[in-house]
Amino acid sequence: MINMFPFYCGGIALLLIAGLYCVLVSENVIRILIGIEIMTKAATLAIVLAGYAVGRVALGQCLAITLIIVEVAVIAVASGITVGIFRQNGSLETSKLKSLKG
Amino acid sequence: MSDILLIGPLLGVLLFNLPIQFFRKAMIPFGVAFAMFQAVAVLFFPQALAISVLLPLALDDLTLVMLLSIAIVVFSALLVGRGIIEDEIKRCNFANLVVLALLGMNGVVLCTDLFSIYVFIEIVAVSSFILIALEKGRAGLEGAFKYFVLSAAASIAILTGVALLLVVSGSTRFIDVATVLGTAGNKPFLLLALALFAGGLFIKSGLMPFHGWVPDAYSSAPAAVSVLLAGIVTKTTGVYVLIRIVGDVLGLTPTIREIMMLVGVITLVGGALAALVQNNFKRMLAYSSISQVGYIVLSFGTGTPLGIAGAVFHIFNHSVFKSLLFVNAAAVEKKTGVGAMNEMGGLASKMPLTGFASVVGLLSTAGVPPLSGFWSKLVIILALWQSGHFVYASIAVLFSLVTLAYFLLMQRKVFFGHLRHSFENIGEAVELAVPTVLLTAITIGVGLLMLTPVIKGSFLLPVSGM
Amino acid sequence: MLEIVILILLILAGLWAVMAPNLLKAAIGLAVASAILAIIMFNLNATLAAVFELSVCAGLITVVFISVISLTRQPSDREMSSKKILKRFAFLPLVMLLAALGLAMLMSKPDFNLVMAQSPSEDMRLVLWGQRQMDLLGQVVVLLTAVFGVVVLFKERKRQEKEDME
Repeated sequence: MINMFPFYCGGIALLLIAGLYCVLVSENVIRILIGIEIMTKAATLAIVLAGYAVGRVALGQCLAITLIIVEVAVIAVASGITVGIFRQNGSLETSKLKSLKG
Repeated sequence: MSDILLIGPLLGVLLFNLPIQFFRKAMIPFGVAFAMFQAVAVLFFPQALAISVLLPLALDDLTLVMLLSIAIVVFSALLVGRGIIEDEIKRCNFANLVVLALLGMNGVVLCTDLFSIYVFIEIVAVSSFILIALEKGRAGLEGAFKYFVLSAAASIAILTGVALLLVVSGSTRFIDVATVLGTAGNKPFLLLALALFAGGLFIKSGLMPFHGWVPDAYSSAPAAVSVLLAGIVTKTTGVYVLIRIVGDVLGLTPTIREIMMLVGVITLVGGALAALVQNNFKRMLAYSSISQVGYIVLSFGTGTPLGIAGAVFHIFNHSVFKSLLFVNAAAVEKKTGVGAMNEMGGLASKMPLTGFASVVGLLSTAGVPPLSGFWSKLVIILALWQSGHFVYASIAVLFSLVTLAYFLLMQRKVFFGHLRHSFENIGEAVELAVPTVLLTAITIGVGLLMLTPVIKGSFLLPVSGM
Repeated sequence: MLEIVILILLILAGLWAVMAPNLLKAAIGLAVASAILAIIMFNLNATLAAVFELSVCAGLITVVFISVISLTRQPSDREMSSKKILKRFAFLPLVMLLAALGLAMLMSKPDFNLVMAQSPSEDMRLVLWGQRQMDLLGQVVVLLTAVFGVVVLFKERKRQEKEDME
């Protein structure tokens, strides 16, 4: 029975890197949202893992549930902004979001 | 009793959104009344606020200052919204979202738990996204999106930091984590958690080099929302959380102090320089806000009681005079319809109240006696000098002078000087008179009261000698 | 051993969600990643959180994404070739491999070998209602705020549409 903890940590770090790369490189607004979602998944796993590692699984679960609900709210509002951008600009390309300068 | 500050707005929002004709118009009065109630409670009944019945809340001097600042800025923002937003439904939505943001901010400053503070930060962030995008114009949506991406990344960093601290200490409450960290060494988890918190909170506070979202969000938001954002949102969800976590949980180790002072001074200089080259009024104010937050973090980084007190006092003063400036920007924008400073001129003859108020606000930002900004900057510079950071103190003084010179020039360009033809028929923005007068009075009043022993020693500036 | 396989599947699903040329496939990848995360959470004895994750993230959020993708569909989407996407994301597998190697070196240090506790000793409901009241309040308020957001942002005024068309 190998100790899974370092593997989980590595997995979380890899997911965070993938999500961050996605946010930095994307040319489409929805893809940026997907990148942020992947990072949030990594954070959720981190919270549950942390709860497990200290023996307080109940606390970890409560935090994870709250986190999932907050995530839903954030994604709902972000989707609203995305749809608004589409209606204003006609497309979802990030190159069109450079009108504010200075 | 401090539960009321959280339950009250929630009940108000639930109640006043029932589909009863009279109720829908009552949202702004409710918000204004609640903000006044909060200010009165902080000023006159702080002991009653210290008790919390249902929720695990805690109150100290820093929390009291934040609650007062939140109340003042929300009060002003709601009245600006009432004066500026024409559409009935939009006004109702605006009021609801501002009251929800008020709830979130109260929660942030009253929290005693790392994860709960994250939840309330997100409440404020979500309502801010919606508020910035309220007009659904191109600029607003773009500003809201940029703010969203950086805010979400910062939140993830903070969350991962919380998870790491949970692994190290076995709990998420401030007290528990602080006790464990006091005895632990320099484990790699702790350093990683520190780095994550620093990154996330620096983004949320708008410190350089993570300030990218601030000018876009502040200038593209509707005028009433800019008052709220610049006045209190960045300071609550960024600077206050930074002070609380570094002060109470992580501890002010020399490394942390050095990092904060360095970032503070970079922000101070960068913000001031960037403000000099701006043409848009609100964008210039946004960069000025960034610079002032640099002052706050620089002062907090000294770690001395005087430095911390100066930082907190500057938070309060900055919320007041920066909100005043944004209220003036709202008035100018509404009456003239332009935002670029090279298209303005001679407005003081037509808008005397706004002109006078903006003179007060700009002088207070630059730190001119006897206004409030002078005193908090004096405390900050004294704290820097006394703790031996002569270079930083000199930079702070130098950039205060630079800001003063620039603001005087800008003031002459916008408010005095030749009146343009297109502005012949504009009048004073009387609908914004109440917040303008109130904020001006507080700026001047606090400044004058510093000459008496009223403020020194109270919760606003808890120092004994000076 | 099985757990390592599931973890690798999670990372692969995440990579698929990030790198898929078609947005719909990316959203499906996200749903698959959520499902695998739920399995991992179930393995870690967090059963209630796993159920929540499955129903909310793999369900609700995927529905939200798919509806946003269909609301913002444009005819020029067909032209977005997979080559263009993959060129931008070409560095990602390389970065991930390097990160994995670096992490493998880090993880071999003794600090990371925390022993994970076995049996859950607290009842979940007691913790939720007894200790995390602030979080509960926060959940209610954030959902309320999201409702306002949806109402404000998604509602299209008929007047505005008519104006745009003129």
